[in-house]
Amino acid sequence: MAEAVLAVYRGDRESGKPVEYKVPLAPGMVVLDALHYIQGHLAPDLAVRWNCKAGRCGSCSAEVNGRPRLTCKTRMDSLPLDSPVTISPLRAFPVIKDLVTDVSWNYEVNRKIPAFTPRPGVQWKMLQEDVDRPQEFRKCIECFLCQNVCHVLRDHGKHAEYGGPRFFVRVAGLEMHPLDGLSRTKLLKEQLGLGLCNITKCCTEVCPESIHITDNAIIPLKERIVDQYYDPLFWIVRKIRKPGESTRT
Amino acid sequence: MTGKFETHEHDVLIIGAGGAGLRAAVEALNQGASVGVVCKSLLGKAHTVMAEGGIAAAMGNVDAADNWKTHFRDTMRGGKLLNNWRMAQLHAQEAPNAVRELEQWGALFDRTESGDIMQRAFGGHTFKRLCHVGDRTGLEIIRTLQDRGVHLGIDVYMECTVTRLLLDGGRIAGAFGYWREQGRFVVFKAKSVVIATGGVGKAWKITSNSWEYTGDGMALAYEAGAELMDLEFVQFHPTGMVWPPGVQGILVTEAVRGEGGILRNKLGERFMEKYDPKKLELSTRDVVARSIYTEVREGRGTEHGGAYLDISHKPAEYVKRKLPGMYHQFKELADVDITKQPMEVGPTCHYSMGGIRVDADTAESTIPGLFAAGEAAAGLHGANRLGGNSLSDLLVFGRRAGLAAAAHAKKTPAPVIDPKQVEDAEQEMLAPFSHTGGPSPYEIHRELQDTLQSLVGIFRNEEDLKRALAEIQRFKEHAANVSVEGSRLFNPGWHLARDLKSMLTIAEAVTRCALERKESRGAHSRIDFPEYDAAWAKKNNIIVWDGAGMALRQRPVPEMPEELKQILAEDK
Ligand SMILES: Cc1cc2nc3c(=O)[nH]c(=O)nc-3n(C[C@H](O)[C@H](O)[C@H](O)COP(=O)(O)OP(=O)(O)OC[C@H]3O[C@@H](n4cnc5c(N)ncnc54)[C@H](O)[C@@H]3O)c2cc1C
Ligand code: SF4
Ligand code: SF4
Ligand code: FES
Repeated sequence: MAEAVLAVYRGDRESGKPVEYKVPLAPGMVVLDALHYIQGHLAPDLAVRWNCKAGRCGSCSAEVNGRPRLTCKTRMDSLPLDSPVTISPLRAFPVIKDLVTDVSWNYEVNRKIPAFTPRPGVQWKMLQEDVDRPQEFRKCIECFLCQNVCHVLRDHGKHAEYGGPRFFVRVAGLEMHPLDGLSRTKLLKEQLGLGLCNITKCCTEVCPESIHITDNAIIPLKERIVDQYYDPLFWIVRKIRKPGESTRT
Repeated sequence: MTGKFETHEHDVLIIGAGGAGLRAAVEALNQGASVGVVCKSLLGKAHTVMAEGGIAAAMGNVDAADNWKTHFRDTMRGGKLLNNWRMAQLHAQEAPNAVRELEQWGALFDRTESGDIMQRAFGGHTFKRLCHVGDRTGLEIIRTLQDRGVHLGIDVYMECTVTRLLLDGGRIAGAFGYWREQGRFVVFKAKSVVIATGGVGKAWKITSNSWEYTGDGMALAYEAGAELMDLEFVQFHPTGMVWPPGVQGILVTEAVRGEGGILRNKLGERFMEKYDPKKLELSTRDVVARSIYTEVREGRGTEHGGAYLDISHKPAEYVKRKLPGMYHQFKELADVDITKQPMEVGPTCHYSMGGIRVDADTAESTIPGLFAAGEAAAGLHGANRLGGNSLSDLLVFGRRAGLAAAAHAKKTPAPVIDPKQVEDAEQEMLAPFSHTGGPSPYEIHRELQDTLQSLVGIFRNEEDLKRALAEIQRFKEHAANVSVEGSRLFNPGWHLARDLKSMLTIAEAVTRCALERKESRGAHSRIDFPEYDAAWAKKNNIIVWDGAGMALRQRPVPEMPEELKQILAEDK
C-alpha cells in the first residue's frame, strides 16, 4: 500500500520539534485522516482539534507544508508526497501542545463588539437582496486562518490593539444587517485598529469560506470610518438610509 | 472539603454549548440566575454548528395553510406515535416564536419575495416548513445564541469535560470535570444542572457525528440514577457520503432532496416509487434509509455500495445558491460536481431519539434539579425524528429547561458537595495512567464501532443483538484496564478513555432496549419481528441503574387527550 510520511510538530509551550510518522494512504484521504491514523496507531497522545470533518466547524486549522489550511479539507493526493508533509500549529497563537494552540484571545476580542441592536420600531421584514451582503460575512466558521496569516498579528504581534480580519468580518455582518441601528465605526477605529490593515489581502486568500474579507468587509468599513470622521454630513445620510431601507415600508 | 480543587459556583450549570445548552443559558440569564456553561470543544463548535438543512416551524410563510396542528400531526406520525404527545404539542406551538426570537437577536434567514423567512420542503413534513440559511442553518443559530449569551454574561468553561454528576442526597449538587488543556480537575457547585450534551453517534463506525458525541450526558445521568428512555431508536440518516472512503459518513443534507434531488439505483430506477410512491424522496428518514439499504442488499447498489442522489436537473446557479456547502463538499472531497453529476450516498448514523427521560413542561429528569434538553433528552421524536425538528427542539426545550432550572435554583438552598464523591471521580480519571500494558482506548473504540455498525445497525435480529451484548461486556472488561501514554496535558488518548466509558454504557442500553422491543417501528427494524405490534405502541423502554446493574423496565406511553387525538386523526 502507498504510504506518506508526515512530519508533525510535537511539543508544548516550552519546546518542540517535528516528528516523522509513516501513514498508509487510502483514496480520498485528507490530512486529518492521517493525523487520526497517527493518534490511533502510533502516538495516542497527539493533540489535534477537530469536530465536523467536513469544513464546517473551523476547528482543525493548522499549517500544512507551511500554508494555513483546514486539515479536514486538505486532501493527501493534493500534496507532493515524495518528501515528508510538514504539519505545524498556527503561528499567530501560542502553542498549548502539538497542533493545538491557545486561541482564547479571539474570544476576548469578540466580547468587545456590541451585539445586534435592532432600530427602534422596526418591522421584521427583509428582502433577500438586502440580506445577501451580510450573509456572506456570517458564513465565517471561526477557523482563525485569516487571523493566522495577517501580518499585523503574525509578524508584529499587535494583538492588544488590533481585532484582525475575523472580527472585521463580524463587525461588517452587524453593520450591514438591514435592521441594525448601532454604529461600530468608533470601535473599529479606536479599539480594533482597523487603520493598521494595509489591504494586503493575505486573509482573503486563505479563507476556506471564500469570504471576500478585504474587498467586501474591510474596505467598506474603512470607507465608513472616512465618511464618519471626515465627512459627517455624508455619514448621517448614509446611516439613516442603511442598505435595503428604501425597499421597505 | 474540596479545597484541593478549583471550584466554581453557579445557580444553574449547563453542560453542553450546542443549541439546547445555549438557549437554556440565555433563558436562565433572563431570569436573573448566574449561569455557567461547560463544553468539551471551543465555544461555537458543537454539533449544532454542522446542522445544514433547516429548522422546522409552522410559520406558514410559504404554505399559508401550515399551522401547529399539522406540525404536531407530522411529528407524531413520523415518530410512530411513540412520542410524548405533550412535548410534540409544545414543540409545534412554540417553534415559530422561537425562530422569530432568533431573528430578533440578529439571525439572518433566507427570505421570501415578500420579505418573510423563507421555508423549504423536507421529509415527512406536509408543508414547506424549514426555515433555513442556504445549507448552514446550524451555524447561523449557534452564532446567534453564542453572541447573545456572551453579551448577557454567561461564564463559559470551554474545552472542559464533565465526568461525573455530584449529588446531595437525592438532589443535584453539581459536577466534576477536567480541563482538557492542562488535565487539571475542577468542581462545579450548582443548584440546578441542565444536561445538553447531545447524542452518541460516535459509537458507530459510519457516522455523521463528531468525536464529542459519546453519550456522556446520558451516561452521567444514568450513573446518577436518572431514567433513560427508548434508546433503541437510533436514526440512520439516509444520505451520507460513501465514497471515497476517507469521507465515509459525512452528511449530505436532506435539503438536497427537499430542493428536488432524486434517488436512483444502479439500474437508473427511481426506487422510492416502490417503497413510498406518494412521498418518494421526501418520505421519512427511517423509510428512505431502509429503502437504500434494501436496494444495496439486493444487488442494485452503486459501485461503492450506495445509491445515486441527483440534483443536476436543476439549474447550476440554483444548486450553488441553495446548496453551496454541498457543492463545495463534493467538489473538494470527492471530485464530483453536483450540478452535473449524481452523488453517491448511503445511510450514516446520525441522531439519538432516545435519551434522558424528562417532564414535558419543565424538562426535569427523574432527579430533582437535574434537567435535560436537546438530543440528550428523549420524548419529542418518538421512534423517528423528522428533519428540521431537532433545531426547533433545541430552542423550545432549551428555553423551557433554562426557565425551570432558574426557577428551581431560586427556591432551593445551596447544595453541599460530598468530598467522597469528588475523590472517587478523581481516582477514576487517574486510574488509566497507573495501568501498564493494557489495551489502547483507540483499539477498543474501533472494535465497538465495528460491532455496533454490523450488529446494532439499521436491520436487527435477536442473535446479532445478543452477540453485540456479549461483545460490549467484553469491551467493558478491557476498558477497565485501559492504559494511557503521555501526560495529562491535552491528551486525546486519555480523553477517549473516559469518553469510551460513556459510549459503552449507552451502547449497552441501546442494545438492551433493541433486544427487548420485539417489533419494527420507526428507526428500529427487527428482521425477526418485521411488523408493528399494537402492544408495543403503548410502552416506552426505560433504562435505570438499580443499584446492582442496568435494569430495563417499561412505562406506559402517556394517554393523549381527546382534542389531540382528533387533530391526529384529521387528514391535512
Ligand atoms: C451534519 C449534521 C447535520 C444536521 N442537520 C440538521 C438540520 O438541518 N436540522 C435539524 O433540525 N437538525 C440537524 N442535525 C441534528 C442537530 O444538529 C443536532 O441534533 C443538534 O444540534 C443537537 O444539539 P444539542 O444542543 O442537543 O447538542 P450539541 O449541539 O450536540 O452540543 C452538545 C454540547 O455538549 C458538550 N458536551 C458533550 N459532552 C460533554 C461533557 N462530558 N462535558 C462537557 N460538555 C460536553 C459538547 O461539547 C457540546 O458543546 C444535524 C446533525 C448533523 C451531525
Ligand atoms: S488585508 Fe488587512 S486584515 Fe487582511 S491580512 Fe492584510 S493587513 Fe491583515
Ligand atoms: S473569515 Fe474566513 S478565514 Fe477568517 S475565521 Fe472566518 S472562515 Fe476563517
Ligand atoms: S473539522 Fe470542522 S472544519 Fe475541519
